[in-house]
Amino acid sequence: MAAVVVTSANFEAEVLKADKPVIVDFWASWCGPCKMLSPVIEDIADTEDSVKVASVNVDDEMGLASQYGISSIPTLLVFKGGQLVNQSVGVIGRDEILALAK
Amino acid sequence: MTDIIIVGAGPAGLTAAIYAQRAGRKAVVFEASVYGGQIVNTPEIENYPAIKKISGYEFAQTLYEQAKDLGAEIKMERVVGIKDGGSVKTVVTDKGEYECRAVILATGAKNRPLGLENEKALIGKGVSYCATCDGMFFRGKTVAVAGGGNTAVEDAFFLSNYCEKVYLIHRRDEFRAHEREVEKLRAKENVEFVLNKNVTALREDGGRLCAVEVTDKNTNEKQELSVAGLFVAIGQSPDNTAFENVASLADGGYIKAGEDCLTGTDGIFTAGDCRTKAVRQLTTAASDGAAAALAASGYIDSMDI
Repeated sequence: MAAVVVTSANFEAEVLKADKPVIVDFWASWCGPCKMLSPVIEDIADTEDSVKVASVNVDDEMGLASQYGISSIPTLLVFKGGQLVNQSVGVIGRDEILALAK
Repeated sequence: MTDIIIVGAGPAGLTAAIYAQRAGRKAVVFEASVYGGQIVNTPEIENYPAIKKISGYEFAQTLYEQAKDLGAEIKMERVVGIKDGGSVKTVVTDKGEYECRAVILATGAKNRPLGLENEKALIGKGVSYCATCDGMFFRGKTVAVAGGGNTAVEDAFFLSNYCEKVYLIHRRDEFRAHEREVEKLRAKENVEFVLNKNVTALREDGGRLCAVEVTDKNTNEKQELSVAGLFVAIGQSPDNTAFENVASLADGGYIKAGEDCLTGTDGIFTAGDCRTKAVRQLTTAASDGAAAALAASGYIDSMDI
């Protein structure tokens, strides 16, 4: 399954009320490192059933970005049971991303 | 057995893979995070011959596809060491061990941190190493850039278009950056040059950066600047400590090698920003990739005789 595109309208339903850990990728189209990370994120979305993967385009969703204090991208936030449990800034590898959601 | 294992999938490593494959060698490239290297942070490349303008992302993507199409294999594993068994080298990664005949170290360099106590904790909370990625989050705010090279001056110029005020903090009163770029920056009314000063502390409020302390190099006088963001652009540093057994390192951790890309250990070569060199540019990384791959191929030939 591809990463779910998340907006302020569906953030609660898709992320906070999800029944498994959610990795949320904050990105933008003009951010080179974000675009390098995207295929890794999509691959996790396609192959890992234990986590849900969501993406937030910060250009469209500045409100969500500022709500979570995002000031560097790419940033990954991990939510479990509606709680922010982990985060990481910058490009990291697939294994490191999955470790955030462990 | 693989002919040539390349450590690092930046421009030098991927160019080496292209040259190795075209020389009839099987090349495997190992990358710890994602391919592309530092160039993916560059929004526009305008100094690569015959390409007038390209984004760093597109450059990295095209280079990756070119290497793959020629038959190079790219594995997402972190290389943690090399065992030199003479004619057979064993590359040890976080997932396994791989035998090959020659190794090219193309580990690149990473942004150098200031080395302040809470710097790492404030990454993404006001401290950034990529102005073009993160500048927009500081629209209308006051920020500082630390550094005196081209990146620092270009970052300050870029940020001055978004931010209310930009301090450029530099430890000297002269710039390594091109004079033309420095002059362009001087013309900006919302940029203040803070010279002969080092950033010596990061102040935080509620877990976010709120100010930087700068100390005058000559008088030791301290001063605090209220900023929402600090962009660190004080150069790069390599990390080759895992390879000290097969390559000697110069001060600063760069692998000692000349334009021939030889490390002094038979069968171990190096390419790109990770080696000692005067000019670290995309063109010179590509150049090294070619030199190292052909040297490695020649070395394998000499072993076969």
